[in-house]
Amino acid sequence: MKGHKKLGIDKLRLGVQTIYTILTNGYLYGYLNGKIYQGKLKYACVPGLNCYSCPGAVGSCPLGALQAALNERNITVPFAVLGFFFIFGSILGRFVCGWLCPFGWVQDLLHKIPLFRKRKKLPYHHILKYLKYVVLVGFVLIGSSFLFTGFAKIPAFCKFLCPSGTLFGAIPLLSTNNALQSQIGGLFFWKLGVLLVILLVSIKVYRPFCQYLCPLGAIYGWFNRFSLVQVQWQQEKCTSCMACKRACPMDLEPEEISVSEECIRCGKCVDACPQDCLHLGNHKADKCEV
Amino acid sequence: MTYLQRWKSKLWLIGVAVGVICLVVGAYNGQLEDIYRKAIAICLECIGIG
Repeated sequence: MKGHKKLGIDKLRLGVQTIYTILTNGYLYGYLNGKIYQGKLKYACVPGLNCYSCPGAVGSCPLGALQAALNERNITVPFAVLGFFFIFGSILGRFVCGWLCPFGWVQDLLHKIPLFRKRKKLPYHHILKYLKYVVLVGFVLIGSSFLFTGFAKIPAFCKFLCPSGTLFGAIPLLSTNNALQSQIGGLFFWKLGVLLVILLVSIKVYRPFCQYLCPLGAIYGWFNRFSLVQVQWQQEKCTSCMACKRACPMDLEPEEISVSEECIRCGKCVDACPQDCLHLGNHKADKCEV
Repeated sequence: MTYLQRWKSKLWLIGVAVGVICLVVGAYNGQLEDIYRKAIAICLECIGIG
């Protein structure tokens, strides 16, 4: 990614996030009429958390699709969804979270609001960061397969937790679709409460949903060690000034950046490094000393 | 570059290959149809009224 330093990688990232969100949620007819897109593009999953009930969504949500597959009457291996995860994960890893996820983009924008003293993480971060794995196993895998509401199969994460569904799906759909408005009940207000808490906390803490709750981040984090897109660290040039750690919103040390499940490849460390020893780009083991 | 580093640098390719195989197997079993069918109907759980 040459030339990004002139532009400023944060501005470049914001541009990519904005354009990507508009492109993958650009079905204007849906917003105007309270309907969702039903074209062929929905055969494919998009990489980020993007509710397929968003009136503008032109692709399928990978987590929604995974839960739908696990909801099937016959227990089957969800090969197609796993295929999308392996392809996106092996190429991009958590670059998806940093650059392509619409809900991550919303949290980034909220964190720019000059209110409150900013924090990188919540207290007990070292414990709370594992919560996303609990959500992945408890809500997405087990919850969708056979738990909750009397062993009925339901997409538990989408139903009880997903803030993207409320923000991008429920709010625009319910504001234009009268038939759906009449069905609003306690569950909707629960989900609205979850969304509001996450959005409010996002103003103070950097991406709380991505750091502590997102099961998609938990999945892509697993791919971070070997994905094609990497942050390469040249140890021999590093003076251990820790400018990268101070700039890193996840508070990672330089030797952790490339291998950590928490790194979202935002590139702030690349911009901050005075020695130019961090690079965001493709995987080259001869240059990377981690 | 050690053999291990070289192998690690190519691991993403194996991941992509596994992904493509999974996708083909899934498509063969009609799972892309299932994804599509789910995605073109409004998911009531997702919007908090189901």
